[in-house]
Amino acid sequence: MNILSIIFIVAGLFFLIVAAIGVIRLPDVFSRSHAVSLTDSLGAFLMLVGIALHEGLGKNMLKILVVLALLYILNPGITHATVRAALRSGLKPWKKETP
Amino acid sequence: MKTFLFYVLVILAILIGVYLYRVLRGPTVFDRVLGLNGISTKAIILLIVIGVYFERVDMFIDISTGYALLNLVGALAVAKYLEEKGHS
Repeated sequence: MNILSIIFIVAGLFFLIVAAIGVIRLPDVFSRSHAVSLTDSLGAFLMLVGIALHEGLGKNMLKILVVLALLYILNPGITHATVRAALRSGLKPWKKETP
Repeated sequence: MKTFLFYVLVILAILIGVYLYRVLRGPTVFDRVLGLNGISTKAIILLIVIGVYFERVDMFIDISTGYALLNLVGALAVAKYLEEKGHS
């Protein structure tokens, strides 16, 4: 049980680091939103599942899964609202300059 | 397990610093809102890992749930306001 939780936590940390690199490197709001919503949600899922496995069966595990479900509603919802606000306020998506 | 959790905490704090760079340097307002959303996700995970580290998970999970709900309401309000106002 301990080794499995460590594997899950390390995989989650990998995805969180990839999301942070994407937030720094990507050129636009619309492309950065992918890093914040998709990769970040997967990393948080793996990390919280690892911590829940470390806690073992019981009340704490149930509470961690409730936080996980809340995070899965919260993170894509906020990103969707922000990107829709950016699009409606007239921001143009980034295009690669053709030489 | 305890030293491993300590290194996880350090890496999460560094990641919060990376997102803070985007919040400070974002070209538009929406970049800053997205960066704050990422910081709040990291803070929720950080609170739960702190709870496991100090072996008081039952208290810290309630704090992180409250933080998540507050962040949801606040970020949705900011997004609706910016949608009406437009970027400037």
